[in-house]
Amino acid sequence: MSITKKSSRYDFSIIANWVPSDSKVLDLGCGDGELLNYLKAKKNVTGFGVEKDELNWLDALKNNIDVIQLDIESGLSEFETNSFDVVILSKTIQSMQNTEIVIKEMLRIGKHVIVTFPNFGYWKNRLQILSGKMPTSDELPYAWFDTPNIHLCTIEDFDNFCQKYRFKITDRKILTDKKSVEILPNIFGALALYKLVSK
Amino acid sequence: MKEKNSVGIVKSKNFICKNPLKLDSGVLLNEFELTYETYGKLNAKHDNAVLVCHALSGNHHLAGRYSSSDKYPGWWDSLIGPNKPLDTNKFFVIGVNNLGGSHGSTGPKSINPKTKKPWGSTFPIITIQDWINSQNELINHLGISKLSGVLGGSLGGMQAVQWSIQYPEKVKNAIVIAAAPNLTAQNIAFNEVARQAIVTDTSFNKGDYYKLGVTPKMGLRIARMLGHITYLSDDVMGQKFGRKIKNTEYQYNLDTEFEIESYLNYQGDKFANEFDANTYIRMTKALDYFDPTNGNKRKLSSVFKEIQSEFLIISFTSDWRFSPKRSKEIVKALLDNNIKVSYAEITATSGHDAFLMSDDRYHNILRSYFKRMLGVK
Repeated sequence: MSITKKSSRYDFSIIANWVPSDSKVLDLGCGDGELLNYLKAKKNVTGFGVEKDELNWLDALKNNIDVIQLDIESGLSEFETNSFDVVILSKTIQSMQNTEIVIKEMLRIGKHVIVTFPNFGYWKNRLQILSGKMPTSDELPYAWFDTPNIHLCTIEDFDNFCQKYRFKITDRKILTDKKSVEILPNIFGALALYKLVSK
Repeated sequence: MKEKNSVGIVKSKNFICKNPLKLDSGVLLNEFELTYETYGKLNAKHDNAVLVCHALSGNHHLAGRYSSSDKYPGWWDSLIGPNKPLDTNKFFVIGVNNLGGSHGSTGPKSINPKTKKPWGSTFPIITIQDWINSQNELINHLGISKLSGVLGGSLGGMQAVQWSIQYPEKVKNAIVIAAAPNLTAQNIAFNEVARQAIVTDTSFNKGDYYKLGVTPKMGLRIARMLGHITYLSDDVMGQKFGRKIKNTEYQYNLDTEFEIESYLNYQGDKFANEFDANTYIRMTKALDYFDPTNGNKRKLSSVFKEIQSEFLIISFTSDWRFSPKRSKEIVKALLDNNIKVSYAEITATSGHDAFLMSDDRYHNILRSYFKRMLGVK
């Protein structure tokens, strides 16, 4: 369920920095398993992918991923509490129906949670809206009528969301074109990466 | 006539095991015979063997034909053959008729060496654990110390699970299709109706019908008809038969009126002519008794602790006999133990029987997994 375009891999390297070596990782919406294989190579992780889409699922299987076909939103009860070191939701959250429940489930299953999403507040998106159009970009490749992205948010929105539901943010990184963004991230950042921890 | 990607003309073989087999029931079988077939070649390292376990009405004849005039090939011919998903150019595939079967292996209609008469009613109840022990003797006989895979659908899938529990060091991959960790009350209920149909047939004679020259065909055909209903989904039955009638108008008599009726009657008759009723009863018993948790005395996850195999689990959305939910119980217990597992839920209309279909996605998954077992992409 890769909702945005394939990764630049730069966000992969940030995720890899946040994932402890030899840890056990669950990648929700793992697509063809590219990220998991990257983490296997860089951090010697073990783990599983979860993928709903049958074509992605088959690609993941072919890429040697142990992949479970499940709809994240119909429940993750197959996964025991605290059974993973890290649970990742990469560029998928914006297509979730019940965002809060999904994050809570991730925090139940994993000690650490990594969430990445395209920042809807990115200036190029704002500009397109000002010009009267729904934004499309590398991170948001869909037209308004065929997008699976039903819950797009800005960095500020996500911060407020975490505060509201008391999700503890332990790390955050904002990226544009493979570069880290420090100034006015909600305007200049295209992709947001968050690390949350279960309390 | 050369069929494309077929294993061609095949011949079954017999293996006589002289090692006594202690059954779960306490009975000791001093020796037994298993009928089996193999396809492809066992490689020099003896590490390319895949054992295919059969379901309730199956047997060892998986692929190919016995002669060119044979009407039907083996029951899983769509899957097994050169360049087919389970590629016999690469794998050495073994099909075995289970102990207690009616296709050559020692079973109720075999001659008991002690009495020189057919076993009939005295043939012991065989459990899935017993099957695995007997299949293990065959595997040893073939010079295989570790199976590359054990594969099965339905009751065959349960055997694949049990293999990985019973001989953890001997199973590299378990491919479990349309199976369940045990039977539900509803499953057992269907089995009991099937058994009652057979044992109340006046020809059954408590299972000793061979000497009378009769068979409880009436009971067996009803058992099979009932089974068939549960293997199909309501939807697929509707699509296939709907309310279609045999004649142009209702006959208003007791003959078969609807096409579904003649289909079931045909299937029942066909089966009753080729299958042994005593075997059918015992196969359903083996299903009923199967329960690695031993009546919930142990959690499935703790039963799976010693497993060393990797798993592929497949279920079908319209299968109400062994629903996806039951497959997910197996998946969960494997995940609890951090055992490598992939799980696919295939959208299919045909119900439990979908595991025998050659649906593209289904076969692609199997093909890809078998390739993965060989270490090629």
